[in-house]
Amino acid sequence: MRFLSLTERDRAAMLEAVGVGSIDELFADIPESLRLGRELALEPALSEPELVAHLEELAGRNVHTGRELSFLGAGMYDHYVPAIVDAVLARGEFLTAYTPYQPEMSQGVLQAIFEYQTAICELTGMDVSNASGYDGTTVAADACSMARYATGRSKVALCETVNPQVRQVVKTYAPGFGLEVVEIPHRGGVTDAGDARSAAEDAACLIFQQPNFFGCLEPAPELASAATDAGALAVAHVDPVSLGVLEAPGRYGCALAIGEGQGAGNSLSFGGPHYGFLAARSSLIRRMPGRIIGETTDVNGERGYVLTLQTREQHIRREKATSNITTNQTLLALAGLVHLSWLGPQGLREVGESCMALVEYAKERLGLPLLFSEQTTFKEFAVRVGRNAEEVMQAAREQGVHPGYPLGRDYEGLEDALLVCVTEKRTPAEIDRLAEVLAACV
Amino acid sequence: MRLIYEKSQTGRRASSLPRHDLPVPELPAGLRRSYPPRLPELAEPELVRHFSELASRTFGIDTGFYPLGSCTMKHNPRVNERLVNLPGFRDLHPLQEESGSQGALELMWRLQEILIELSGLDVCSLQPAAGSQGELTGLMLMRAYFADRGEERDTVITADTAHGTNPASVTMAGYKLQKVGTDARGNLDLDDLRAKVNERTAGLMLTNPSTLGLFDESIEDVAGIFHDAGALLYYDGANLNAVCGISRPGDMGFDIVHINLHKTFSQPHGGGGPGGGPIVVRDRLEPFLPVPAVVRDGERFRLDFDRPKSIGKVRGFTGPFGVFVRSYAYIRAYGPALRLMSEVAVLNANYLLARLKGAYELPFDRLCMHEFVLSARKLKREHGASALDVAKRLMDYGFHPPTIYFPLIVPEALMIEPTETEPKETLDAFVDAMLAIAREAAEQPELLQEAPHDRPVRRLDEVKAARRAVVRYGFEEHPDLSQEPSEPRALEVQKGA
Repeated sequence: MRFLSLTERDRAAMLEAVGVGSIDELFADIPESLRLGRELALEPALSEPELVAHLEELAGRNVHTGRELSFLGAGMYDHYVPAIVDAVLARGEFLTAYTPYQPEMSQGVLQAIFEYQTAICELTGMDVSNASGYDGTTVAADACSMARYATGRSKVALCETVNPQVRQVVKTYAPGFGLEVVEIPHRGGVTDAGDARSAAEDAACLIFQQPNFFGCLEPAPELASAATDAGALAVAHVDPVSLGVLEAPGRYGCALAIGEGQGAGNSLSFGGPHYGFLAARSSLIRRMPGRIIGETTDVNGERGYVLTLQTREQHIRREKATSNITTNQTLLALAGLVHLSWLGPQGLREVGESCMALVEYAKERLGLPLLFSEQTTFKEFAVRVGRNAEEVMQAAREQGVHPGYPLGRDYEGLEDALLVCVTEKRTPAEIDRLAEVLAACV
Repeated sequence: MRLIYEKSQTGRRASSLPRHDLPVPELPAGLRRSYPPRLPELAEPELVRHFSELASRTFGIDTGFYPLGSCTMKHNPRVNERLVNLPGFRDLHPLQEESGSQGALELMWRLQEILIELSGLDVCSLQPAAGSQGELTGLMLMRAYFADRGEERDTVITADTAHGTNPASVTMAGYKLQKVGTDARGNLDLDDLRAKVNERTAGLMLTNPSTLGLFDESIEDVAGIFHDAGALLYYDGANLNAVCGISRPGDMGFDIVHINLHKTFSQPHGGGGPGGGPIVVRDRLEPFLPVPAVVRDGERFRLDFDRPKSIGKVRGFTGPFGVFVRSYAYIRAYGPALRLMSEVAVLNANYLLARLKGAYELPFDRLCMHEFVLSARKLKREHGASALDVAKRLMDYGFHPPTIYFPLIVPEALMIEPTETEPKETLDAFVDAMLAIAREAAEQPELLQEAPHDRPVRRLDEVKAARRAVVRYGFEEHPDLSQEPSEPRALEVQKGA
């Protein structure tokens, strides 16, 4: 077996050193009745070339963004991932290390995550960031738990314009936290600040998304004030790629800024693994879940980095921990840091501006009625296609174009609406092609 | 080494992006960014050097032996990195239509079938993002199952040897925690257990083999106690690497199991993640599994959202797909010989144990499974050299230390898991180092107490880090902590697992 190194001679010598006559004797503690007693019913082993051929065949049956012109977004985005991200992630030291429990062995990854935390704080305008959560859904559940402890309240208010998957995950977690979830309907594609104020009245937090699931810009500062005035924590679920052009949640009064990191540095990868980010005001640091890296010095006064504030965590605090999270998404967060460092502030702004400019071009070229024509958008917008959007989408796919996400899957009454996503990777010519195909399908 | 922000110069950049001659719309004033984020500004050459230097200050399995107990730090085959980067996987949108994702769905379905066979249970959900999320999902299933039956059960029992995630998951799921002790052989204390299991008990969470590296010889009795009380058994799959193809959790009596794909099935640990924590359950728990389910209809594969009793979703989409690609490839490389993986993992561990137990205390003198726990208590008492000191001194010999101070019931614990992928020469070199360190402890304990000697930093002041909580770069006002007195205060807390 190619991943094993022991020779027959090694095995014999080792069994002798252990003092047993066979490998089977090592398993003597397992009662006979619990032994499998047969070979595993698995398909035959594959050599490396056979393995590659088998997985190439499976991969070949997937229609990826290189095979179909795609305007599909709805939470996962086809942004450009630079080559340097692949190069850094291929470094075996990063790839094959684990959680930096022993800081002297792990200064590189510790410093990288300290730099990641700094980048997230800069993007969001927050004081502290953890070292990553699983994805953009679970960090929302984490925020609810933090808010429950911070306010002592047992309700969370969730805007209906938040990604449906985020809302589903919050609802799955809420009963365990002793939380009730109320949803705030949208008005014309965005949340009304008055509605938010009423819903936040006895809530631990108000969660809104900026830009929201429809691609529209929420009146975020007003929503944050509505939450804060009601004594609830304002939680902004933000797109990191938008934060070169959109205001930092820390600047308009949010207590927490969370989000899905995928668009910054991670490939689509059929939904994972990616990273969720969670940043907060410093007053909330002791309620944060997950790893946090802190700066310190060694005995010689040299600067160094360690896992810190570990008394929040499960391996010390056990049933009183802020969360059960252990394995996180460090490698994907590292990809985020590399990507954001490659962009720099100027590049990040350019990506945001390209998305906005291309979206306006697409709105005009498509010429379809906008679902929420009053609203400002960032990289997605919803159009009415005049008939069932699922059918339109299927018809367009037959022409080699995926035109976007049918909103009727999540919102009653929007069966004729399509959510179109335009990242900086799309070109005006590709948008022209979308317009042409959609014109023939609607 | 300087931080990337300290290398940044205004005006430099590494990125180049397409520009379109299109007007950029104005944003409303309150929503427009009021200041640029201070992201690093470096050209590509210095960016590459920065991350290369960081990599060189990081120790991975690729660097050397990494016997971090309970983490199963085995070799990560490079072909899996090639496979996960096939465009058909890497660039596949999770909301792509089923007709355009048949290969991905088939891969997931195949992995589910494999995990069902390995666990001896009936139905699999790949959705949980990591082991701890698998635990939480499993407890949510328990809650939904009992609610559906109209039973009120509010307590979950964990072992005193359990990973911290077990009790933490119990709290997150809204259950009360009860702990059960360990007997003199390292098995669960059956008398203690019988006294605690009753009609309020929802279930047990157990790792088997335990975190002591010991297979619980009374597991059938344990299962009987819980099942007689109408409760469920949850298997923490952290230690599955010991028993693949040898003994299955379902056959042991467990009803729900999570499998750590990043441990047993070689998803690279990535400096802390990602992981994967699929769960496999008995038929009667199937209605409550997360949505969507990946199912097969004849020759087609599809996502089934129609599960009215489902607990809902625990993360986005269908789980960490890239992790599934690597783990599926890993398992297919072995085929039915997967048993060999566990056999060699157990042989390697027993070989180390046999050679080390003369120099370090062994609290439970039995053959071990894939890992074992020694105690440095005697070294500490007689020479003032602690488990932490042994760990730090191992760095001087070029090894990553084992997990220390865990499990909690063993004082000065050194939890060692070599995995199956290490050659005998490496095991021998590690033994030589551990024996030399035991001698050094007696003769020159300061060699241990002052270790490590040649890492990029010496021992760091963890107390200062927690007190000052400098958790991001402060740009112009960044504090200079070197001006404050520093002590080598490493907290004596669990490091690993």
